[in-house]
Amino acid sequence: MSKKTTLALAGFVGLAVSGLAGAADVHTRTLASTCMTCHGPGGHSQGATPSIAGLDKDYFAKSMKDFKAGTRPASIMKRHANGYTDAEIDAMAAYFASLK
Amino acid sequence: MTINRRDFLKISGAGAAAAAFSGCASMAGSPRAHVVVVGAGFGGATCAKYLRAWGPNIDVTLIEPNDKFVSCPISNWVLGGLRTMDDITHGYDKLPAHGIKMVKDTVVAIDVDKRVVKTQGGASIGYDRLVLAPGIEILTDTVRGFKEAEAAGKVVHAWKAGAQTALLRKQLEAMPDGGTFVMSVPAAPYRCPPGPYERACMVAHYLKHNKPKSKIILLDGNPDIVSKKPLFTDAWNTLYPGMVDYRPNNAPLAVDGGKMTVSTEFDDVKGDVLNVVPRQRAGTVCDLVGARNDSNKAWCTVNLATFESTAAPNVHIIGDSVLSNLPKSGHMATNHAKVCAAAIVELLAGRQPDPIPVVANTCYSATSDGTSGYVANVFRFEAGKGYVSAPEGGATPKGDALNFAYNESWAKNIWAEVLS
Repeated sequence: MSKKTTLALAGFVGLAVSGLAGAADVHTRTLASTCMTCHGPGGHSQGATPSIAGLDKDYFAKSMKDFKAGTRPASIMKRHANGYTDAEIDAMAAYFASLK
Repeated sequence: MTINRRDFLKISGAGAAAAAFSGCASMAGSPRAHVVVVGAGFGGATCAKYLRAWGPNIDVTLIEPNDKFVSCPISNWVLGGLRTMDDITHGYDKLPAHGIKMVKDTVVAIDVDKRVVKTQGGASIGYDRLVLAPGIEILTDTVRGFKEAEAAGKVVHAWKAGAQTALLRKQLEAMPDGGTFVMSVPAAPYRCPPGPYERACMVAHYLKHNKPKSKIILLDGNPDIVSKKPLFTDAWNTLYPGMVDYRPNNAPLAVDGGKMTVSTEFDDVKGDVLNVVPRQRAGTVCDLVGARNDSNKAWCTVNLATFESTAAPNVHIIGDSVLSNLPKSGHMATNHAKVCAAAIVELLAGRQPDPIPVVANTCYSATSDGTSGYVANVFRFEAGKGYVSAPEGGATPKGDALNFAYNESWAKNIWAEVLS
């Protein structure tokens, strides 16, 4: 079995087992991890930036969507919110709500 | 069919396939893999942490020659007198608690076929996957006379935070009122696009309050201010009027530490303190695997969804050494690290990595001891295009107090994210 075939097979089996939800989880987990750089390890800020660990899911999603729409005043967060799809915002909301 | 360890790792990660090996219950348990990370800066230390967090079956060895982490971000603030060297110097003592094995050493050889790194200290360390995060090598040969002036302690780049940062601060303190600070900016790409202009602000802040008759000459090897132009020009015009003499298209060709001059194509510019920042390329360790493979043999091309080198299989490269449209910064290095760690966890488990990673970039620059501005963008990976900046990111046109507070907070949080 060639290396390429093994990789392709393993990848296929992996997707079949985990399904798309699994793939989306890795996607969300990675993009959410990039928020920690400003909002602190695990979403627990050590400074003036707000902590986002354990935020209510609906509050998180509404805040981001309001930043994006410009209906909630923001400094840097509008720039960030602009870059995400609503589906990504909902997935991040669920992810951060699950953090203690 | 024979299955070597690598194939087993790939297959076993997909649970169903592992279960198909009936009677091999023990094999379906938790095969361990070993990832070696070289360099414990923003990229390397973050990658090591996230490999452990996301891959509990992955053993991680982090090789770093230095005892301490000295942060380039905020090092300009030391020059401005806003912070001390102690404030930007941090230990690695909290990393072992994540299960990271720290090795104080330098990698001198890499066998890509056998997957072994060799260190100066004589160790041979095998790996399943290798991550190189060496930062930059500064091309001191590209400015005539720089090496001699640097060795004599006359002229520094201070583009790697550390002893040179402290020396440059001392030189500024010794400069007479009415003196001239000359700084050169290398042609892009270089580490930290807004860094030179923030440095000009921080030096201006120090001079304004301590040596107000002094001047700054900024010799830029680029045709224009590379990053956050409105923010910096506003600061120079309103906070430091008449102090900053900005000269585009003025690459330094030579420096003379005796005469204290920087020579460009047009002029010999005399100064009391000379801060010459030469051009740069990917860290030396990348050359051990032939990974400086862009058209200039300077930077490393990688698959930007996994950060695997296009030159060496199973070798990933992250941080400033990578050729991409992403800015070379500590913040972006942590993003490379997270995308890379996620990809390695998936690859070692035999799954496909996320084909469309998305990362957020935030970059603050201070313009005084109470004002900062930012640039922020979300970058989305697209096959064939690399990371594409999502629309409506952007920069602040003017520094303010709120963003200075966020700038301070950013530093605390990124240092904690990387090291604690």
